[in-house]
Amino acid sequence: MDWLAQHLLTLIIFLPTVGAGVILLLREAQRGLIRRVALGTSLVTFVLSYFIFKGFEAGDAFQYVEQVPWIPNFGISYQVGIDGISLLLVMLTTFITPITILSAFNAVRQRVKGFMVALLVMETAMLGVFAALDIFLFYIFWEAMLIPMYFIIGVWGGENRLYASIKFVLFTMLGSLLMLVAIFALYSQGNAQLEYYTTSYLELTTLKLSPMTQTWMFLAFALSFAIKVPLFPFHTWLPDAHVEAPTPGSVILAAILLKMGGYGFLRYCLPLFPEAAVRFTPLIVVLAVVGIIYGALMAMVQPDMKKLVAYSSVSHLGFVVLGIFALSLQSVSGGIIQMVNHGLSTGALFLLVGMIYERTHTRQIADYGGLAGLMPRYAAVFLIVTLASIGLPGLNGFVGEFLIIVGSFNTQPVAAIVAVVGVILSAIYLLWLVHRVFFGQPAVALSGIGETGKGPKLPDLTSREWAVMLPVLGMVIILGVYPQPFLKRIEPSVTTLVNTYWQATAPAGIDQADVEIIDENKGNK
Amino acid sequence: MSWSDLNSTLPELALAVTALILLILEVVKEPPRAQFAWTALGGIALALVLEFALPIEGQFYNGMIALDHFSRFLNVIFMITAAGAVLIAVPYLRKSLEERGEYYALLLFATIGMMFMAKAHDLTILFLGLELLSIPLYILVGFYRHRVRSNEASLKYLLLGAFSTGFFLFGIALLYGSTGATHYDAIRQAIVSDGQLSPAMTLAGFGLLLVGFAFKVALVPFHMYAPDVYEGAPTAITAFLSTGPKVAGFAAFLKVIITSFAVTTQHWWGIVWVLAALTMTVGNVTAIRQDNLKRMLAFSSVAHAGYLAVAVLVGTYDSAFGMMFYLAVYAVTTLGAFGVVALIEGEEETSLEIDGYRGLARRSPFLAAIFTLAMVSLAGFPPTAGFLGKYFVFSAAVDTGNTWNIWLVVIAILNSLISVYYYLRPVVAMYMQEPADETPLPMSRVAVPVFLVLVLIVLGFGIFPMMLVKSGVAAAGSLF
Repeated sequence: MDWLAQHLLTLIIFLPTVGAGVILLLREAQRGLIRRVALGTSLVTFVLSYFIFKGFEAGDAFQYVEQVPWIPNFGISYQVGIDGISLLLVMLTTFITPITILSAFNAVRQRVKGFMVALLVMETAMLGVFAALDIFLFYIFWEAMLIPMYFIIGVWGGENRLYASIKFVLFTMLGSLLMLVAIFALYSQGNAQLEYYTTSYLELTTLKLSPMTQTWMFLAFALSFAIKVPLFPFHTWLPDAHVEAPTPGSVILAAILLKMGGYGFLRYCLPLFPEAAVRFTPLIVVLAVVGIIYGALMAMVQPDMKKLVAYSSVSHLGFVVLGIFALSLQSVSGGIIQMVNHGLSTGALFLLVGMIYERTHTRQIADYGGLAGLMPRYAAVFLIVTLASIGLPGLNGFVGEFLIIVGSFNTQPVAAIVAVVGVILSAIYLLWLVHRVFFGQPAVALSGIGETGKGPKLPDLTSREWAVMLPVLGMVIILGVYPQPFLKRIEPSVTTLVNTYWQATAPAGIDQADVEIIDENKGNK
Repeated sequence: MSWSDLNSTLPELALAVTALILLILEVVKEPPRAQFAWTALGGIALALVLEFALPIEGQFYNGMIALDHFSRFLNVIFMITAAGAVLIAVPYLRKSLEERGEYYALLLFATIGMMFMAKAHDLTILFLGLELLSIPLYILVGFYRHRVRSNEASLKYLLLGAFSTGFFLFGIALLYGSTGATHYDAIRQAIVSDGQLSPAMTLAGFGLLLVGFAFKVALVPFHMYAPDVYEGAPTAITAFLSTGPKVAGFAAFLKVIITSFAVTTQHWWGIVWVLAALTMTVGNVTAIRQDNLKRMLAFSSVAHAGYLAVAVLVGTYDSAFGMMFYLAVYAVTTLGAFGVVALIEGEEETSLEIDGYRGLARRSPFLAAIFTLAMVSLAGFPPTAGFLGKYFVFSAAVDTGNTWNIWLVVIAILNSLISVYYYLRPVVAMYMQEPADETPLPMSRVAVPVFLVLVLIVLGFGIFPMMLVKSGVAAAGSLF
């Protein structure tokens, strides 16, 4: 049992790949078995990760740390561990993946074997990104996500999938390759200062880097993360990828992949290059706010439901970046919670859009109307998720947005005010969507008898679809009503992050306002 | 000459004897001649065993041949490459009824040439190795006598190759004139102790040597022959041509630079910098436009020469190690990629266009998966060994702290981004487009070991690289 506890994190990371290996041995015709193995693997992974959540002791140190030499000649080791920030994202990943796999039972009917293998390999890579404590290992996982996602979009995607998949790969690669150069430079600096090669995150954070070096490295890392978030104006790959990806692909993309950027900012950009981060904070905050407004305005005019949700992601992730770079305890905590919220509610929106698309084969809002009368349960679920996404108090979105805006008022008041406008805009475009799709006169094409000649054309949610949606709805409400267990676990890590950040930057021109914030943060503890 | 001298060249002798046996068999045996390939493989296996039975360190033949970890590491690569080329050739030659003993004999002679290039510690031996490699290749490129393109490629390769050999030889002559030596160490001593007649002559000699090497490893602008030759040659030969000789050329290049000319770096690094930047950029940008897979892979191999030139330029212990790792992975991956192309190629050079690969994942899942793996590794995606190779080479360059080197790495990195686009094109065709006809592709089992080695090296060493790292570190250590 001790052995299990010590290697729990590694087990969680690689269990999905083991499942993928088992699936590879099966034949394409054994479709039911393939699906059950995939679902089973991801569920076991989730259960194991729940033990990590339970066993996680509030504190800012990394826990469940494991270290094994990998390429010792170059100081590279397999080192994983989690703190409060990564814990939540690991949980989000293990929670969303089984739901995605279950939704793929309906959404993916061709080449099921390949799809499940790609999805499970993705899960390993995503968990690895969140758990890696070695920058080389981090980069391996970071890049390893690309190929399975490329296949998911390119093989199982919509009409324009080839364009969308290659655009996705090239955009992401551009950022990550420049980050790789910065990793080389960091590694070289580490060798110069510590006099041995290392790629360990914990050792590299102790380096003292000159402002010039910091600037370049920060830019290289930040570009990579900004593309992934995606921060305006690096977002153009996202609508294409989302629209063309199959429903499970969109869910994974929105719920987890987009969190990599925010996580990267928190884990790498801020602790490694604090001074450069200060210098670029205004720029990034401006881009985040522009993204919030721009994404909301774009979402408003989309005729395609999936594209609307995709642009709403751009807007919502602007909040996350704003929260992170406002750099107060509340705003950063809010940013992390908002990452989880966005994963749940936007993931759920993509699932819901996928469900209706499977019935009608259209995503054009103009083709719908009066759906509430035809599919009342579906309409109710959709409304709840929409309200969560808008940030209605009592549902999860409120907690994140509230913390972000309250926290930002201290440090970035103008940005916070503009962000509030973004909240209003998101209410407008989402409620307008609900209005156009669910109310009014039912569109003629939607009512009547289905193609099979039996039953209505638009059956309400099936039991499998309920199984997909219920866990998400549950989490939406739990997080909205009682976020304390989650906040409690991230708070120590965030406090340390924010305080070290302000301390590291203090000598370089501290003013009274900053000191007050530090004090205030301590007071809040 | 003593017994130990003879012992030091036993693997080469074994290969030479095998080649001669093959030439005799060709005369006395009636077709079908499946035994030829097995004889050649037997010879290679024997050479491999002898390679490991030899004393490891030391100089032989009056210091003209050096046996160390470096030469052993490369010889293993050469023998794996040669064995792979034999295995790919069996189904390929059978398809066009050209299965002849000379083919394997020439392949073995070329392999001996490469092995001498790695073992050489004297410019004359290096030159001998280079010629022993080149002349069989001229013939092999034109092996399909009835095909006009094969003939054209052969003639082009011969003429340009002869030119570059001339440069190379003249360079050696100038160096001998200025330093009084052809031995690597003696040249270095002459340069270091300033005992040379004319520094300008030394540099001129080195410059000509550089041209010779640049031609052999196809650095831009000396690469013009490569696409045509690679395209015209029988695909099984292209597989060999783009791996073995390139590895041998780079190995010798690195060794000569590090052992003899390291002290003159300030005179030539600018030239090599420009060559490297040009090579990777021209190679990658041109590869985007290619629809013929053989041409695309030819330009890709030009691009990889550019990345490898970075390692030569940097010339540190770490970069030499990075190059060893890179070469091993590159050789196996490229060989495997061309192997797939050779197997899929129809009679009379059909199915060489990327469009011909549409829906291959359904017609032949195994070949499609192998080809994808090769492309992903060449593009440098983790967790493949191709990524590690790039990582080691480029991190060594950045680690020098030299701004110019860092910029070169940035150029290289942006180039790998371009390369992602064209490496994924066949993957798109294979997995994301519909096949013209659904008939499963028949596949010869003979070439399967080549692909298994590819999987082992690309994925195995991509995830657990220590074995290759250790031997690579030892190999690089022999140079310093």
